[in-house]
Amino acid sequence: MPRHHGDAIVVTEWLRKSFGAKEALTGLDLSVPTGTIFGLLGPNGAGKSTAVRVLSTLTRPTSGRASVAGYDVATEAGEVRKRIGLAGQHPAVDDKLTGRENLRMFGRLARLGERGARARADELLAKFDLEHAADRLTETYSGGMRRRIDLIVSLITAPAVLFLDEPTTGLDPRSRNEIWATVRDLVADRTTVLLTTQYLDEADQLAANIAVVDGGKVIASGTPDELKARIGSHLDVIVSDPAHLEGAATVLSALGNSYATADLDELSVSVPLRAEVQLPVVVRELDAAGVVVRDVGLRKPTLDDVFLTLTGKEVAA
Amino acid sequence: MTTVLDGWTLTRRRLEQLRHQPGQIAGMLIFPAIMVVLFGFVFGSAIAVPGGGNYREYLMPGLFVMTSFSAVSVAMLSVAGDHTRGVMDRFRALPMSRAAVPLGETGAGVFSGLMSLAIMLTCGYACGWRAHNGLWSTLGAIGVLILFRYTVSWIGTYFGLLVKNDQTADQLAPLTLPVTMLSNAFVPTGGMPAWLRVICDWNPISATVAACRSLFGNPGVPAADAAWPLANPITASLLWSLLLLAVFVPLSVRRFSQAGL
Repeated sequence: MPRHHGDAIVVTEWLRKSFGAKEALTGLDLSVPTGTIFGLLGPNGAGKSTAVRVLSTLTRPTSGRASVAGYDVATEAGEVRKRIGLAGQHPAVDDKLTGRENLRMFGRLARLGERGARARADELLAKFDLEHAADRLTETYSGGMRRRIDLIVSLITAPAVLFLDEPTTGLDPRSRNEIWATVRDLVADRTTVLLTTQYLDEADQLAANIAVVDGGKVIASGTPDELKARIGSHLDVIVSDPAHLEGAATVLSALGNSYATADLDELSVSVPLRAEVQLPVVVRELDAAGVVVRDVGLRKPTLDDVFLTLTGKEVAA
Repeated sequence: MTTVLDGWTLTRRRLEQLRHQPGQIAGMLIFPAIMVVLFGFVFGSAIAVPGGGNYREYLMPGLFVMTSFSAVSVAMLSVAGDHTRGVMDRFRALPMSRAAVPLGETGAGVFSGLMSLAIMLTCGYACGWRAHNGLWSTLGAIGVLILFRYTVSWIGTYFGLLVKNDQTADQLAPLTLPVTMLSNAFVPTGGMPAWLRVICDWNPISATVAACRSLFGNPGVPAADAAWPLANPITASLLWSLLLLAVFVPLSVRRFSQAGL
């Protein structure tokens, strides 16, 4: 099937990768527009990291095609490597070296030359406000600082495409905000960013386009607003009488994007609500069905809701 | 050329690391001193050198080779640590030569080898060991030791790339001690049961130790009817190094470019 990619800089077509009997990618199709942040959203084991490893030439695809900046990741890996930066799930800097020494080393390896590597290290440290810690061993850095130096190291080549594999997993909110700000700065520099995340919130905050991945392929894609509109908000209803649980579940299933789930201990019924349904409608319908409600709450959709809605199944714990 | 340049960058990295860890340098000083005391004085008082001679003169070449052989664990632990911390993935995603990582690692082995050898020679000198055969033979012995260290660094690098995990590497590292002991480094092989003697005589460590003894002019030079590697120790040690390099250089480079595929 011929496809037109416009100005896409990262393209995968029917990409598959299996490790023995385990299939990590089962036909992944992606098209990432140049100069944007693209979010790959999915639970653990969805194939996000494998996709990044294939695109950053660390792993060869079993079949299908993937290209970065027009170069095939399998057959032109050297050209791809000149144009990408990679920050994995765990900070991959040398913790027995200082931040500055790390930057210089990776700069030399990126063929900037001795003077170029020194200049680039100083430039990046100043730009990302890490000069105060530049001459300390990175093993003394806080978790957030380590992620930042890792991110900065991956920028040493001034890459056209930056891959960020779960850049904020395990970070406190403040460090997360700092990473987000850095990522936004990058796109202002015309770097394309492909980031993977388990947090809808993160993809929502950063990405212009999101692809939701499950079981090694894309199950939904669009802008954050388009996706959220499909998912709607999440509704929790708590009833006073256990006998009313079934009635509440029937009403909510009719209003929701999928079947409602009941919690017998909490006497609660939950459903991802369709976008066009407003709260007063819910209350009216429940009342009409004779359900006595103790509490009704709407909350923002979580990744769990995305999955419940898109796949009809819960995210595996 | 770029391979050598990248390799040198990675060698420099190990040297910079060392500068930040004076504890490691102290360890490099203390460990050999302990070995000299332990073997030279504790065990040495009960071991007789065949053909006579001072046991510590006999022992020191064994300890020199042991120090050189420790590069197996050094390289293995460094490389496995890089894997565990994801640094290896970063290297592999860079447009650098596929041979640079093993080359840098083994290059660092040579530098740290020169350092620890200098310490060890000083230790030996302090407890009465001497090189008796003049400058050129002494330099020859040092050359044999450095070549051996370089060779075993490649073996360590290969195993580091193979295990990919610093915990496994930690568990494997102590195995280098028995491998060193299965040789003529501490005791002559003459008194061993025949089957064990064959293993020890053909251990590359034995040939290298014997080569050093002969070049330094230390006691314990094997009888003419000894196994071939001991009767021709310099040739045997060089051949062992060339053979092991011929095996482990391509294995390591291949392993680095293919790991994780």
